[in-house]
Amino acid sequence: MNLSRREFAKIGCRIVIGATAGTAMIESIATNGIAAENSPKGDYNWKEHYWGYLIDTRKCIGCGRCANACKLENNVPFDEPVYRTWVERYRIVNKGREENVTIDSPNGGINGFTDDIPAEQIKKAFYVPKICNHCENPPCVQVCPVGATYSTEDGVVLVDYNYCIGCRYCIQGCPYGARYFNTEKGTADKCTWCYHRITKGLQPACVEACPVGARVFGDLKDPESPVNKILDKERINVLKPDLGTKPKVYYVGLDREVR
Amino acid sequence: MESLIWGYIYPNEAEIQWSILIVLYPYITGLVAGAFIASSLYHVFGKKEIKPVARFALLTALSFLLVATLPLVTHLGHPERGIEIMFTPHLTSAMSGFGYIYSFYLIVVVLEIWLSFREDIVKMALNSRGWKELLYSGLALFSYDISEKALHDDEKFAKKLAIIGIPSAAFLHGYVGFIFGGIKANPWWSTPLMPLIFLMSAIVSGIALLILLYLASMKLRKHAIDHKCLHSLAHYLWIFLILDVTLELLEVISMKYESLEEIEIINRLLSDKIATTFYGVQLGLGIFVPFVLLLLVGIMKNRETLKMIMISISSVLVVIGVFAMRWNVVIGGQEISKSLSGTLTYVPVFFSQEGVLPAIIILVIPFIILFVITRILPPWKDMEEKV
Repeated sequence: MNLSRREFAKIGCRIVIGATAGTAMIESIATNGIAAENSPKGDYNWKEHYWGYLIDTRKCIGCGRCANACKLENNVPFDEPVYRTWVERYRIVNKGREENVTIDSPNGGINGFTDDIPAEQIKKAFYVPKICNHCENPPCVQVCPVGATYSTEDGVVLVDYNYCIGCRYCIQGCPYGARYFNTEKGTADKCTWCYHRITKGLQPACVEACPVGARVFGDLKDPESPVNKILDKERINVLKPDLGTKPKVYYVGLDREVR
Repeated sequence: MESLIWGYIYPNEAEIQWSILIVLYPYITGLVAGAFIASSLYHVFGKKEIKPVARFALLTALSFLLVATLPLVTHLGHPERGIEIMFTPHLTSAMSGFGYIYSFYLIVVVLEIWLSFREDIVKMALNSRGWKELLYSGLALFSYDISEKALHDDEKFAKKLAIIGIPSAAFLHGYVGFIFGGIKANPWWSTPLMPLIFLMSAIVSGIALLILLYLASMKLRKHAIDHKCLHSLAHYLWIFLILDVTLELLEVISMKYESLEEIEIINRLLSDKIATTFYGVQLGLGIFVPFVLLLLVGIMKNRETLKMIMISISSVLVVIGVFAMRWNVVIGGQEISKSLSGTLTYVPVFFSQEGVLPAIIILVIPFIILFVITRILPPWKDMEEKV
């Protein structure tokens, strides 16, 4: 077969283009295939679950064991002011006719709380545990410029540490102060609801550590789950509902002072 | 540390996330947008009196544009992954457009400069020898057609380009405002006015910088100042100052008037944390004083030297005032807790990746770039013919 230089070049180009397109197609099918099965390994199927979290502020005693357990479980540095969960104390003091609210969370409540206001001055006091709300409409996911933070099929908001560029826009975007900058990883970081545990059928570390059952975790798709049992009968609120983030951490007994 | 905190802040808020480098970012892009818009007063709107600085304004815009990404990339936890914003942009994020908007605008500015300087470049290529010939021939893209028709086509295309350039300059900077204005978590940032406020303050800072650089260049080159041009720039500066202050006051007044949940913490921010930089520097020194001085310049007859001094003082104050405005937005917004119950204080560090030193270095680089480019592409030809 005699080919002119021009024809040879033409055929050559077609082969290269064809091969590239073919490879790209195979690659895209392969990656799509992986995306569909991105669910954690093992028997766990993330399409079968949708997780929710409930906090009964009336039960919390401010012992801080949850915040401590979280740092231990998730290797959150103890010597830095960063927390995946923390406990806030609210004390409402009467000063004449005026009411005064004092809020604190020393070291995230890990070491408990000390009495620095005489008990007789305190009109009302309570503890409020805080944690990432794993919002249905998460502003942190919305603002991430590279898609490194994302919502999973089972309703958990996670950070891809291998992808995050460390711009910290998500930290600015979270209305709840639930995110922090992990100086070791150079990325944003936050509560995962102990994703490595819940996908194995375990409870998050903070829920397991709570001695009074103030923290409840469960599957919203399962009508018999402990979270649904409480949601069915109690009056529920969420934090900053007006921001439209649709939190999935539900509160029982939330005071108007809590933001 | 504790004494820097008042009231209750969320425990994770103890560290300020966006430092002085992120103050620089909107400051620099603002100067770029402002300088470009000043040049388009001539290129698009045909304001002949601006002609002496029109090309210089473009070079100024480019010099600052080239460093605009530096503060951002330096600030990243993973600078090496920064490019992912171009490859895998997450389009719901206001920030994800940055790479594209920036690149597009860079192309527009470079093209605009090339077209405005093409005649000079070709002439220099033809009239020089050795490495200079090579440099200018390269810049001319080895095309030496400077016939009247070719130059006319250049001018027509340059005008069209500048028309695209204005919305892109406005977009580049208005968009930076949206990065802050779109954050509902932060009551000091979250306002639809933010892009417009950013844009107006960008224009005033750009014009003021241009005035200062123009005066400095003329002094250095021992050339006469074109007072008509200077007064025209001062006039535009005055007009944009009015628009700027209107929007800035509107934002604060409506916040105070509506008095929503966050008003107590906003009041504390304004009366305590940023009182000096907001009322004193941003509004007082940065807007009110220049407004009065420029008004007097407009009224006064003759006395060119005095007017020049007044315009210079106004421009210095505006450039400082707009920096204060960026500071008050970026740092101020982070000094209030999202718990709305407390405040914290940003203490700048000098030597660190996000410290004052890198900020100073980044702010000096554009002046060096400008010095070099004006050597390669002298923008003053029009003036020299006149003098």
